[in-house]
Amino acid sequence: MNFTLKIWRQKDAKSKGAFETYKVTDISADTSFLEMLDILNNNLVHEGKDPVAFDHDCREGICGMCSLHINGLAHGPGQNATTCQIYMRKFKDGDTITIEPWRSAAFPVIKDLVVNRGAYDQILQAGGYVSVRTNSVPDANAIPIPKADADESMDAAACVGCGACAATCKNGSAMLFVAARVSSLAKLPQGRVEGARRAKAMVAKMDELGFGNCTNTGACQAECPKGISIAHIARLNREFLAAKLQD
Amino acid sequence: MNCFLYNSSVGKKLVMSISGCALVLFIIFHMSMNLTALFSAEAYNMICELLGANWYALVGTAGLAALVVVHFVYALILSINNYRARGAQRYAVETKEPGVSWASKNMLVLGVIVLVGLLLHLSHFWAKMQLVEILGGHESEVGGQMIAATDGAALIQYTFSKWYNVVLYLIWFVALWFHLSHGVWSMFQTAGFANDTWYPRLKCLANIVSTLIFLGFAAVVVVFFIKAQCGCC
Repeated sequence: MNFTLKIWRQKDAKSKGAFETYKVTDISADTSFLEMLDILNNNLVHEGKDPVAFDHDCREGICGMCSLHINGLAHGPGQNATTCQIYMRKFKDGDTITIEPWRSAAFPVIKDLVVNRGAYDQILQAGGYVSVRTNSVPDANAIPIPKADADESMDAAACVGCGACAATCKNGSAMLFVAARVSSLAKLPQGRVEGARRAKAMVAKMDELGFGNCTNTGACQAECPKGISIAHIARLNREFLAAKLQD
Repeated sequence: MNCFLYNSSVGKKLVMSISGCALVLFIIFHMSMNLTALFSAEAYNMICELLGANWYALVGTAGLAALVVVHFVYALILSINNYRARGAQRYAVETKEPGVSWASKNMLVLGVIVLVGLLLHLSHFWAKMQLVEILGGHESEVGGQMIAATDGAALIQYTFSKWYNVVLYLIWFVALWFHLSHGVWSMFQTAGFANDTWYPRLKCLANIVSTLIFLGFAAVVVVFFIKAQCGCC
């Protein structure tokens, strides 16, 4: 397969970026999207040009490092998949593919397609944890947890913190990420204790970092590679409002 | 001011949710009141008289005006925050995400259309009714004839005999339908009363409420226009 790639190139955070066009040829349909970019970079290095910088790590959809806005969609075409899980058979031979970095005021571009997602780390540091030492792994059934609660907690905990929610939201809101973190702990007895403090601290940090306000479009849920539901946002709203009303 | 209703994103959204809920309830009341005009001009005028320059009607009007101002001012504040949060550099290519409604992404534009329609509506009716009574009058000149401030039926009859008013009001109602089709279920989500089981129910409720409101308001406009064309009233 042959493709024309329109890729955002930006030397560093302070430079002005622009799209550059590249051709890649003889790409197997079973090549992953990131492998296709590897092939492009190999060609660029051989030509003595600067390779395209992009984030990646595990390449099996669990680390949350890959990003990319591909043809107008976070993580490209396909549901419930990160960019590393997208294969070139999703595209048609001869397609022009536009690749952009996440666009959000809270995720500034570092270079080319790499953005700084440290804002998510800061939100986590504000309260996305259980502060009591829990020592080693307890016996499996020492604390009985209803199956439905455990399932909901695990669904929320599937969040890999990739940033697709804020990147795809027209408001640049990080609510799905914050909601997933708050919800995964709120549904477990170990996390429940600090529920009120956590919700307040994480929302305050999210607002402070310049993320937008959720208007319930549901775009985050549609583009989340882990299929996290906006029902967790409703829970975050409940947690936050109940905590504030108790102040 | 150190209040979460002003300082936090979730608090500001709660203000939108509660003010929006109150306005939806008023709209349902207003639509029900309007339907009376289809059956009896006397009954409708009796309600108009009840809602003249009485103290409770004035308090209600002031409350509604405050709700509209709060809802609109907060919408502007939230939209400016959101625009800034999106960053200076926008996506070159944007594709519609599956399952995301057009209305949900255009609530501010729809809200502005609804507000402009409201101002037009106030100039057509409120300015000829309650405002006249507040200013101490009892009637005003409309289209070359004097109409009593309590004769709402005559005002409806005159306003919707004009085709351009019918078109403007129907555009207004369509914008309101879109606004409410997202707003009604969204207010439950913002207040935290939603989950995956209830999303289909709440979205269905939002469509039913917005459609009933559209049909109720549009029926009065269309029926009075048709009556004016037939010359039967």
